[in-house]
Amino acid sequence: MIRLALVLLSLALPAMAQEQIVAGMSQNRVSITADFDGSEILIYGAVKRDAPPPEGAGALEVIVTVEGPATPVTVRRKGRVAGIWVNNASVTVDSAPSFYAVATTGPLEHILSDTDNLRYGITIERVIRAVGITDEAERAGEFLLALLRVRTNEGRYRILSGKVELSEETLFRTDIVLPANLTEGEYKVRLFLLRDKHVVATQERVIGVRKEGLERFIFNMAHEQPLIYGLISLVLAALAGWGASVAFRLIRA
Amino acid sequence: MQLYLPIAEISVNAFLILGLGGIVGFLSGMFGVGGGFLITPLLFFIGVPPAVAVATGANQVVASSISGVLAQLRRKGVDFAMGGILLAGGIVGSAAGVWVFRWMTGLGQIDLFVQLSYVLFLGLIGAMMFQESLRSLLRARKSGAPIRRAHVHSWVHGLPFKMKFRASGLYISVIPPLLIGAAVGFLAAIMGVGGGFIMVPAMIYLLGMPTRVVIGTSLFQIIFVTAFTTVMHAVTSQTVDMLLALVLILGGVIGAQIGTRVGVRLKAEQLRILLSLLVLAVSIRIAIDLLVEPSELYSVAAGVLP
Repeated sequence: MIRLALVLLSLALPAMAQEQIVAGMSQNRVSITADFDGSEILIYGAVKRDAPPPEGAGALEVIVTVEGPATPVTVRRKGRVAGIWVNNASVTVDSAPSFYAVATTGPLEHILSDTDNLRYGITIERVIRAVGITDEAERAGEFLLALLRVRTNEGRYRILSGKVELSEETLFRTDIVLPANLTEGEYKVRLFLLRDKHVVATQERVIGVRKEGLERFIFNMAHEQPLIYGLISLVLAALAGWGASVAFRLIRA
Repeated sequence: MQLYLPIAEISVNAFLILGLGGIVGFLSGMFGVGGGFLITPLLFFIGVPPAVAVATGANQVVASSISGVLAQLRRKGVDFAMGGILLAGGIVGSAAGVWVFRWMTGLGQIDLFVQLSYVLFLGLIGAMMFQESLRSLLRARKSGAPIRRAHVHSWVHGLPFKMKFRASGLYISVIPPLLIGAAVGFLAAIMGVGGGFIMVPAMIYLLGMPTRVVIGTSLFQIIFVTAFTTVMHAVTSQTVDMLLALVLILGGVIGAQIGTRVGVRLKAEQLRILLSLLVLAVSIRIAIDLLVEPSELYSVAAGVLP
């Protein structure tokens, strides 16, 4: 039995090393400027082989994931208390990405096995970490489903089934649209090559998303010099108010 | 044109914000109120996080109040002594309000608390104002009706620490203005409003101030209370969005100019009835949100409960 496993392993290992991903992106940084309203990133690549594709193996499939910075998240549920709708239950999820997109060459259940999904953490359910939430509320699972539902409706979590184009089992490309309501941070891009529902090669890239220019300046000042920031906001408001009053008089005169 | 707001971290249409500022400016120019009670719920509605909407709303009220006070100053419509007393109470109330705001944010009940405050206070004030202005409108139609006395003596006049307020022609205790100031400051911090809609009736009916100095004095102290609130929010929770405030202010300035011209053509009673209907409408709208089952029971917020 052990021998059989070893033989299988020795067969599998060269197959893993046989195919590699060579990947590129249209841009590896996204600047959030004042007129930012989303960005489209082209992720492309090719499969590099030392030998022809293994015979008898299943068709090649590709999965591309883009993962925004993760934060702890509080999910609250409203309930009716004394006739009005009030937040009366909550659950804290240890870590959930602010953005997550999965683009594939075909339906996930057809191209990815559960074991490899668990091992590599590919679908959003496997990426969210929620340890011990069952202690926090009854039916904690519903809170997780709600988190997925709310963020999917907001366009933060997306499954782009069949949106990776693969030609001649060698070249692939996909477009991932980053929404306008983007959080700053490092966006992790992962590429997976699959055969027979198993991952045979992986590759990682990073997209840096940063506020730039005026956005950067205002955000930094608000957090680093909150008092000065507050006072400047007031001065600007005062100037605008005074300017308006002067303009009124000039127009009337 | 899309505009990415650096603090709210959402992308909004700049013309939509400009329009919102304009509509609110129009109404505030017409009625002589700051308009905070409209701008904050409108910002919630377009998806600005409540904490940012409240803090930025306060910043916007600073600008419109300064503009208003400068206009009133030329008409000698500001009682600085009374404004100062109201302000002293206002600062205390505002500090307490910012503290309660933070505490409620932590509990996850800030939305509810803000909404309940809106329903309660707008409903109450709107109903009172509507009833009063309807009565005076009817009285104006009937000729020969008795004229209301300017000063009615009540328990307010029996309190100690009396002080002279020359511009208002009053000699009353400083306790009621201090309390009123504190109440309005508290609401300003929680609701992101200047509190003019509470301050103005309180000055007329509780303090017996002449209408001539009411709007100017109310605006005068609102400047400082909302300025204090803005800085407090900026320091404690970094929720003032400068870019959002600037676009709102720009729209508000243009709207106020048109509003003032329309307002001049209407009678005072008509204005008050319209304002009371507006206040009531906002209150009812928010009440419906609380009473009707929401389509999504769950909400998601980044961060951990403290």
